[in-house]
Amino acid sequence: MTSTQAVDDIVRSEYEHGFVTEIESDTFPPGLDEGVVRAISARKREPEFMTEWRLKAYRHWLTMAPPHWAAVDYPPIDFNAISYFSAPKRPEDAPKSLDEIDPALLETYEKLGIPIEEQKALAGIAVDAVFDSVSVATTFRAALAEAGVVFCSISEAVHEHPELVKAYLGSVVPHTDNFYAALNSAVFSDGTFVYVPKGVRCPMELSTYFRINARNTGQFERTLIVADEGSYVSYLEGCTAPQRDENQLHAAVVELIALKDAEIKYSTVQNWYPGDAEGRGGIYNFVTKRGDCRGARSKISWTQVETGSAITWKYPSCILRGDDSVGEFYSVAVTKGRQQADTGTKMIHLGRNTRSTIVSKGISAGEGQQTYRGLVRISQRAAGARNHTQCDSLLIGDRCAANTFPYIEVRHPSANLEHEATTSKISEDQLFYCRSRGLTAEDAVSMIVNGFCKEVFNELPMEFAVEAQKLLSISLEGAVG
Amino acid sequence: MLSVKGLRANVGENEILKGLDLEVGPGEVHAIMGPNGSGKSTLAHVLSGREGYEVTAGSVTFEGQDLLALEPEERAQRGLFLAFQYPVELPGVNNTYFLKAALNSVRKSRGEDELDAVSFLRLIKEKLKILHLDDSLLKRSVNAGFSGGEKKRNEIFQMALLEPKLAILDETDSGLDIDALRVVADGVNALRSPERSMIVVTHYQRLLDYIEPDHVHVLAKGRIIRSGGKELALELEEKGYGWVVEEERAA
Repeated sequence: MTSTQAVDDIVRSEYEHGFVTEIESDTFPPGLDEGVVRAISARKREPEFMTEWRLKAYRHWLTMAPPHWAAVDYPPIDFNAISYFSAPKRPEDAPKSLDEIDPALLETYEKLGIPIEEQKALAGIAVDAVFDSVSVATTFRAALAEAGVVFCSISEAVHEHPELVKAYLGSVVPHTDNFYAALNSAVFSDGTFVYVPKGVRCPMELSTYFRINARNTGQFERTLIVADEGSYVSYLEGCTAPQRDENQLHAAVVELIALKDAEIKYSTVQNWYPGDAEGRGGIYNFVTKRGDCRGARSKISWTQVETGSAITWKYPSCILRGDDSVGEFYSVAVTKGRQQADTGTKMIHLGRNTRSTIVSKGISAGEGQQTYRGLVRISQRAAGARNHTQCDSLLIGDRCAANTFPYIEVRHPSANLEHEATTSKISEDQLFYCRSRGLTAEDAVSMIVNGFCKEVFNELPMEFAVEAQKLLSISLEGAVG
Repeated sequence: MLSVKGLRANVGENEILKGLDLEVGPGEVHAIMGPNGSGKSTLAHVLSGREGYEVTAGSVTFEGQDLLALEPEERAQRGLFLAFQYPVELPGVNNTYFLKAALNSVRKSRGEDELDAVSFLRLIKEKLKILHLDDSLLKRSVNAGFSGGEKKRNEIFQMALLEPKLAILDETDSGLDIDALRVVADGVNALRSPERSMIVVTHYQRLLDYIEPDHVHVLAKGRIIRSGGKELALELEEKGYGWVVEEERAA
């Protein structure tokens, strides 16, 4: 995991001799207009179709207003105060040493057992590369190339696979989709592109850690994953170690496309800086994630563990277009301190005999505010569609809150939907019971919380699951008593 | 082993324990009996460190140490065990995992090595055999969906595993039919040893047919008003609590 952040460092340093270094200017002045959009595209030497695409998105964005329906509270964002293009930070601008970093963050790194050099990397300090990880990245790339899997930055894909980008970019989340998706389409900085050819089972879990230039992709990240007929890919996003970033607003777009008989498994551990004790400086994470089960018998599975960010606003969704296609959403979201999260999913059943499963586990501690918002829609065509939703909230303490807003729209009489919801609290009785057996209150909370989240953790790739458990325990330290 | 002197404790405004004295020596089994509301469960809770009780006077020493100064988990780590009257459910927490975490926490505090999964399973099998329990409860969540009898048996099983120096059994007989009671009592008897003391809190004499105490105390209105041998329990069974409470009042 974190060691791979360092891999990126090395790989990026290689890039200093490549085309990336040609970007000389550091940062655009704040503000957004057509000129800025054109300039971004020009900096990235994008072909005409991309420039036009960005401009179309920008013009549409101008007609939109920021959404206010989510149950989160934050001051209005001045979009003209943001700089929409910044080159990778130069060492002299980065924090000089760990002394300049929030001590709370460092404490968490300690607890996660992250080596000092990696702590620096995560905190945005310029570091020397850790060399023993290089070979790993190289081996990975060789294996992928052999399988014919394309795994690169989206900027590279625009140049090297324009036909794929043209065909799929914006085909799941159109530039008109929502305010932040439109903004992202106009100004996206970089992101990940994956294409798995027909019938190929991707030989390894793909992770951003192993991708060139994965760091500093900026605040408007764009991810596009296409699984061609009969293929399979598992993608891991994020990092259990808390990541700091200078940019407060993050508006990413992730699009997944699964063709006939293809399967995509997308796992996220999101642990952006949540801000200090008062919630200052935390990341606003406004993400649009959507998967399109375009072909028959295709499957898309979202698993997310959300513990970071000051504000989280995301609904990884599935459009179940192909007959017999399957959508899954497994989520653990933790809000503590002053964190706010409005998260959930949408399962749009269009094809026949489509099935979806939603398992959402929300944990609220401190003054955390959390909302599950989910939509299950069964269209007129979707004969035999089935959904099972389970939505559980766990409260720790008496100052936090959990809300559940399930939306259900059924337009076919043969649909079969189940919705289960529970809200529980870690009780004094439970804590005392554990303590009377020799466990500390913190161990007890961690044990109860991990038990609560088990169904979701089971969906994560093994290594990730272990880290996620550890992360959760650390996140909730001091949440009781 | 345990020495309680002049213990007074409040719940909110109400004084429940009003100057309680109790001495428990190594290997002794003490029964504490008394009518409802006499303070039996309060005593069990104060000894194990539950929140919500305010000790206003008196002292409790456990192996020479001030017990009241310790956190509940520290008391457990030093060898105190409370078998709950109402064992608490922990949904999603696997029973085996829970037991292992508890045992290792206690072992760690004793300066012993933590047990690995293999040695732990071996130990658990051994304890199950002693208590004549089957292993189905190991796979389930702690107490979740357990019957009353299963919950109590699980308590005794935990006790067998943690090997406390002093076990407090808080109305372990409540809610058990006669067969379940026998299973639980057999388990308790199997764990009797010269190094292990027990305080058996109960309302009925019935349990004491199976777990034979060395000493019997009658608790009424927050104080121990009479102590004696096991024959006292039989006398109580015959005459009821009114008799001894009356006598106390006369004296």
